[in-house]
Amino acid sequence: MKRALLLILVGVLYVLHQDVWFWRAARPLVFGFIPIGLFYHACYTVVIALVMWLLVSLAWPSELEERVGDEATGRDGPSRALPVAPERGGES
Amino acid sequence: MIPAIVVFTYLIIVLYIGIFAFRRSTHREEAEDYFLAGRSLGPYVFLFSLFGTNMTAFAILGSSGHAFNNGIVTFGLMASSSALIIPLSLFFIGTRIWALGKRYGFITPVQMFRDRWECSHIGTVVFVVQAAFLIPYIIIGVMGGGTALSAVSGGRVPYWIGGAVVAMVAMSYVFLGGMRGTAWVNTFQTVLFLCFGAIALVVIGVGMGGFSQSAEALLGSPATAPLLSRERVSPLFFFSYTFIPLSSIAFPHITIFCLTARKMNQFKKTVILYPFCMLALWMPCVFLGVMANRMNDVPQIQQKLEARRQLAVEGPSLMPDDRDQLREKMIADDVLLLLLERYAPIWLAGLLGAGIMAAVMASDSQILALSTMFTEDVFAFYGGKKRFGEAAQVHTGRLFIIIITIVAYAVALRVPQNIFDLAVQYAFSGYAALSPLLVAALFWKRSTKWGALASTVWAAVSVSAVAVFQYLVPAPAPGPPVVAWSIGGIEVLSRTAGGTAVFGLMPVVPMTIISAVLLVVVSMLTSQPSEATIGRYFSGPARAMRHETQKRTGP
Repeated sequence: MKRALLLILVGVLYVLHQDVWFWRAARPLVFGFIPIGLFYHACYTVVIALVMWLLVSLAWPSELEERVGDEATGRDGPSRALPVAPERGGES
Repeated sequence: MIPAIVVFTYLIIVLYIGIFAFRRSTHREEAEDYFLAGRSLGPYVFLFSLFGTNMTAFAILGSSGHAFNNGIVTFGLMASSSALIIPLSLFFIGTRIWALGKRYGFITPVQMFRDRWECSHIGTVVFVVQAAFLIPYIIIGVMGGGTALSAVSGGRVPYWIGGAVVAMVAMSYVFLGGMRGTAWVNTFQTVLFLCFGAIALVVIGVGMGGFSQSAEALLGSPATAPLLSRERVSPLFFFSYTFIPLSSIAFPHITIFCLTARKMNQFKKTVILYPFCMLALWMPCVFLGVMANRMNDVPQIQQKLEARRQLAVEGPSLMPDDRDQLREKMIADDVLLLLLERYAPIWLAGLLGAGIMAAVMASDSQILALSTMFTEDVFAFYGGKKRFGEAAQVHTGRLFIIIITIVAYAVALRVPQNIFDLAVQYAFSGYAALSPLLVAALFWKRSTKWGALASTVWAAVSVSAVAVFQYLVPAPAPGPPVVAWSIGGIEVLSRTAGGTAVFGLMPVVPMTIISAVLLVVVSMLTSQPSEATIGRYFSGPARAMRHETQKRTGP
């Protein structure tokens, strides 16, 4: 449920990028010099960071790290199980 | 001369970082250490280096130049859309790539594809397409270095020497330091060009006596008022641009970089702080680019404004070559340098010039990625490592770095830049069209090697088709597009002033969607990999651990 809500939030964020409501407007000039369309996208970028913080806090895929486990610590980690060599890989 | 001295000092520092990384490396002959910094990067080096790797010369010079001609829309098109899509792709895809890299020892995306889909030569096709999309970047990096060094030195350093110096420095620290050297240099460069944005904004703002007057003056003129809104851009075009940042995670240098983090937690800071970095770098560059339209007393800016006016008024009646000449004159990648020349004290202009060099030299990661891919996906895969050993593999990687740099420099001296500008422009779309491969490999059990092949071939063919179309049909003047194909009054394919439109959308949208559809359809028609392989990628934590343990100890 929590993850579904977060996904909806991300979807809403994607839609909010398309801010047709400020399309033709330059005024008001925020702080006297920033056009409203540019100011909107600056604020939008800050909101993205907040949503990312929520994603990281509430839906971090820690199970991936658990899979790697303590054994995978770089050099001492699992031996490289690299892909099949061409002679064993068939025609493709 | 002072700016040139500051820039050369900067280049020496960067070179020293590469040498320092070489000395710090304790396993110089090991591929994982050289190509992935031993999967040991900490959180801030990971964040800044990843950000720096994503930001090419375009981020500073190109963004202000684009904003000069197109207005504030530049930020929404390229910055805020990337600020959303790139952290999301790191969150969903980057973390999974990291985990698989740790478990199975992958160093390149092609290694993962070969393992995931049980294929060999199809992986080689993916390598060839990825490499073909990457090479123009490296050439553009050398060209950008030559141009920037020549501009910063006031023309005292000619283009060919500037390009050679920048190529030599980048090659040296990549050659010596590998991923560790590249990541440290990128971190240093990112800090430098993040500071650059803020300092440039303050210095130019003070020099101009504040921005309020300039903004009001721009709004007061019918020629410049539209630059402060988005009325000249269609909402469909704006929407299309959100597909472009999908390319980021599909770029091999970014995918490979995801494997360098010491822990998965290191993605957390990057995911959260990436949008702030975008804001800190792009906001000043875009804003200053727009404001540069007020500097009509500077001859170079006056020429650009005049070319723009002429193209808008007389464009439809001009020959295509004449229109192209006007477009050449409109290129405004130097507006930030012109602003600095006008308003910054000379010593500061030098420091800021170093910041620009930092952005221009972002091609280091692509050089390393190409070398990594060649040695892992071709040399090692086709038996070179088994025959000659791991040390030979690392030496091959280093030799490849020298060869690719020399070739890029030779090409940069002989071929006009606009050809590569076009190639780079469509490489973004090509990589976006390759992004379904990563999604399918990581999230869809039923995906197959044939689906992956169909998607890859489509990406290559569609990029080539768009390039040929744009070559054959010259760009019209700003205004209505040239319709090449329509059905029942609906414009299917058009040539616009800025590129190509398919149903009014940028080509990246149909390219990516068709790539995904092909992958799904062809996968459904062909047989999937073995249960054992799928199990290794999609089983739960407990089962996966059991599987790993069994694999090591035997049944």
